[in-house]
Amino acid sequence: MTINHHIPDALLLDYASGRLSEPFALVVATHVSMCDECRARLEAHEVAGGALIEADSGAELSGGLLDSVMAQLDEPVEEAPVYRRSGIFPAPVMEALKGRPPKWKPLGRGVRQQILRRSESGSVRLLYIPPGQAVPDHTHGGLELTLVLQGAFSDEGGRFGVGDVEVADDDVEHQPVAEKGDPCICLAATDAALKFNSFIPKLMQPIFRI
Amino acid sequence: MLHLETEPELAPAPALYSVGIKGDGKEIQGATGLKDYSEETLLMLAVRDDRDKKAFAKLFAHFGPRLKGVAMRGGLSSGQAEDVVQDVMLTIWRKAHMFDPSRAQVSSWIYQIARNRQVDIVRKENRPLPEALKAPSEDAEEDAGQVLALEQEVTALKEALAKLKPAQREMVEKAYLGELSHTDIEAETGLPLGTIKSRIRLGLEKLRHELDGIRKS
Repeated sequence: MTINHHIPDALLLDYASGRLSEPFALVVATHVSMCDECRARLEAHEVAGGALIEADSGAELSGGLLDSVMAQLDEPVEEAPVYRRSGIFPAPVMEALKGRPPKWKPLGRGVRQQILRRSESGSVRLLYIPPGQAVPDHTHGGLELTLVLQGAFSDEGGRFGVGDVEVADDDVEHQPVAEKGDPCICLAATDAALKFNSFIPKLMQPIFRI
Repeated sequence: MLHLETEPELAPAPALYSVGIKGDGKEIQGATGLKDYSEETLLMLAVRDDRDKKAFAKLFAHFGPRLKGVAMRGGLSSGQAEDVVQDVMLTIWRKAHMFDPSRAQVSSWIYQIARNRQVDIVRKENRPLPEALKAPSEDAEEDAGQVLALEQEVTALKEALAKLKPAQREMVEKAYLGELSHTDIEAETGLPLGTIKSRIRLGLEKLRHELDGIRKS
């Protein structure tokens, strides 16, 4: 697997600092799970963050805090479930799916989706695009991150294979087309509702909550 | 209960570490490797390998106030900042087996956990984390050369940070430690672990050059 399209450094820093909202953070965490280069750049940012903590002059702690922490060291801890990669889905996606396979909902023309998270800050979904099929032409109000998990697609921005992530800014009008072969499965996050440019999908938008 | 003023002695280096000679017999850093590790790294290794509570208390004394300081400057109240301190320190105790000094400094690990907690406190959101790489204990023996190379690069980065003008420094601090709001977004892993380690250093080198660039601008 050769990854050609990576997470831009500014987004990696936003992820490292916790500033990225959950939908985008899921795409970054998933890409980093697949891409050693971005993992290394992310860890470098975390080292820089750590160096800044080291350099801080600090604030005085309440008297009992150390004792309280020391007293908790031997307490039993409830372990959070650990999710592992399953097939094409890296661990962060499996966690978002709560360990279950996706439940696809049809969007028309063979395209399917499962919404993983949706909030005021945006949404993130799995998209299933049949080979050779185009995703309905759309623009979006803000940032869109699309990570390929299986197959490949091409659009005005180039060719995107497994592990590649497309970063589309506002007002980019693009029409991804899945390559022949395997269906293309993507993890896609947006911070505003997608706007489809043809009449019918626009009507369907409230129904499918795109 | 432990009292920090008695300054417990640094835990002896665990015998587990064979420093200097790698499996292939190639000498890396001679026998000087371990004593050149930073104090925080040695303390964290004592916590990881010996479950050494005195070493943990020393780490708490070092990082606790700094963590509280940055959390408060990142917009948290004193009480919330102490919650972060408590959670972060308990996490490094409980997840000590994940510590790999050839990939991360104690401080960078603390940074990552602290920012997760802040996301949780400020936005009530979970921050998805990347798949963990193998725990270091499953990895081949720790490579003192890698650990020292990372520490040297971090020292260089700290020097570059220290040379920034106050306004530039403030900008960098805001990017890494600033308040969390999410309105300002502008913006089979085939390689062996060794490659990741050298790439982290490349990333650090790049960050250091960027800091130098900021300073000269």
